[in-house]
Amino acid sequence: MGKTLSEKILSAKSGTDAKAGDIVISPVDLVFVQDTTGPLTVLQFKAGKKQTLANPSRSAVFIDHAAPSPNRALSNDHLFLRQFAADTGCLLFDAGSGVCHQLVAEKLANPGDVIVGADSHTVTAGALGAFATGMGSSDIAVAWSLGKTWLRLPETFKINVTGNFRKGVGAKDLILHLIGLIGADGATYKALEFSGDAIDKMPMNQRLTVANMAVEAGAKVGLFPSDKITRAYLKSQGRADKFKPLQPDSDAVYERVIDIDAFKLEPTVSKPHTVDNTAAVKGLKDIKINQAFIGTCTNGRLEDMAEAASILKGKKVHEGVRLLVCPASRKIMLEANRAGYTNTIIEAGGLILPPGCAACLGLHQGILGDGEVCISTANRNFKGRMGNPEGFIYLASTATAAASAITGRITDPREVL
Amino acid sequence: MEHTILKGRAFKFGDDISTDLIIAGKYASLRSNLPELAKHVMEDANPEFASKVQPGDFIVGGSNFGLGSSREHAPLVIKMAGVSAVLAKSFARIFFRNAINQGLPVLICDTDKIGEGDMLEVSLDEGVIHNVTKNEKYSFTRIPPAMLSILNEGGLIPYINKYGDFKW
Repeated sequence: MGKTLSEKILSAKSGTDAKAGDIVISPVDLVFVQDTTGPLTVLQFKAGKKQTLANPSRSAVFIDHAAPSPNRALSNDHLFLRQFAADTGCLLFDAGSGVCHQLVAEKLANPGDVIVGADSHTVTAGALGAFATGMGSSDIAVAWSLGKTWLRLPETFKINVTGNFRKGVGAKDLILHLIGLIGADGATYKALEFSGDAIDKMPMNQRLTVANMAVEAGAKVGLFPSDKITRAYLKSQGRADKFKPLQPDSDAVYERVIDIDAFKLEPTVSKPHTVDNTAAVKGLKDIKINQAFIGTCTNGRLEDMAEAASILKGKKVHEGVRLLVCPASRKIMLEANRAGYTNTIIEAGGLILPPGCAACLGLHQGILGDGEVCISTANRNFKGRMGNPEGFIYLASTATAAASAITGRITDPREVL
Repeated sequence: MEHTILKGRAFKFGDDISTDLIIAGKYASLRSNLPELAKHVMEDANPEFASKVQPGDFIVGGSNFGLGSSREHAPLVIKMAGVSAVLAKSFARIFFRNAINQGLPVLICDTDKIGEGDMLEVSLDEGVIHNVTKNEKYSFTRIPPAMLSILNEGGLIPYINKYGDFKW
């Protein structure tokens, strides 16, 4: 019987013939925390008997969620994490480096790896064919210490995407549509595995967007095959030697197969306050916005900066609207500067935030006022997410967010393209 | 944890109680001051919860309880509030694992019959929830053996400190 991508990766790693439902002990290739989950992880690590990292060069601390720090308590958390990195010799990516998941994709994740992070969007690295999943502080502390973790091998939903996206429609609309279709718990404990001709030609930035949001359907992992797109991406990041091909077996067993025709997809948003509360943009034209936020581990890549700039070029952000744009890493910010994208965005009235999580989780840099509406390219719109339970968050693609920033209301990007 | 009867009142919540509703991301600056952080438990879902909950009480949710962030602070502040177990129709994956790792029982059962304020008695080893107020009994899905062994040690760190490795 053939194997899914999850079964292939975890069988190879655990040295067993593992099938869905089995519990395996797997070595881990990368174990990381960020600045809001890191301090508890370090405390849990220090509560353990073993006080050394199993593999310091594959253990990492990212300071991205509140970077640079907006207050004294978080500054002290950052000091605590920097000291831990100095004491243990693990990797440290300090404020300004970028969002952990983007840096993991650029520098650390390889096809076939098992990656665990104290952040639910660790699933992002599934775009590179890595079994990457989020865990809490205790699990991460133990993975740091033992260099391994336990995993229940998930059953898999095969998401088969065929055809071409229409103009103004893309990967974000696809994943929002899928989550709306199966629900925020539609894939709880499952793996999502993406395939089909639309996936074969989907560029890496879009694969990262899709994998990133697998957890919003409850999934443990969102996996893409490792193919020529993966090879080209790794090469572009100076890591061509890390490529290895990875495909599911043709006779792999799937719990469910979901077929999606990319051509039929519309610009889609998630309405407040759950990600599966999706609707077509065209039905929401009367909704006025106060803030548009483009960035995050979902949509803060160079291609997103380019798309925002092309829509905003020669136009102005609507009066009364704040447009916040945040490149997901230092590398992206530098490239966006060189290409002139950031200048175009600033000339249109937008403001550029330093690489990091920015407004996504309500710590700083764009907290909503009472009753305010934000259209956001992030991955969550839970009540209170952007720092205020009286705020309203609509999730959308970069194109939809940029178009909405110009008109001041939720707008189908095809109106301005 | 074995042979324990948990007793307390039910605090009811709906479906899709996210980790942002359990402990909002905006309080990240309190995460190194856990007693202060715990004062905000469930605040955006029920602002009166923290002041009314008594040791032993239960949180009773609907489906997909604990979706969202991987923050282990979510089950941690629930436990610090004195809650003896969380009952729900289903749990988000990371929250479920985090709760066990913190030694907080998480029980999957049909919660529709449980009303706000009902007095409950839960026998973990028998797998039975006794609704004393309504004189009804419900069963819950047993916790998988590997996770039960962690729960029985009070969480993952005590488990690893005792055994040095995953022993199952």
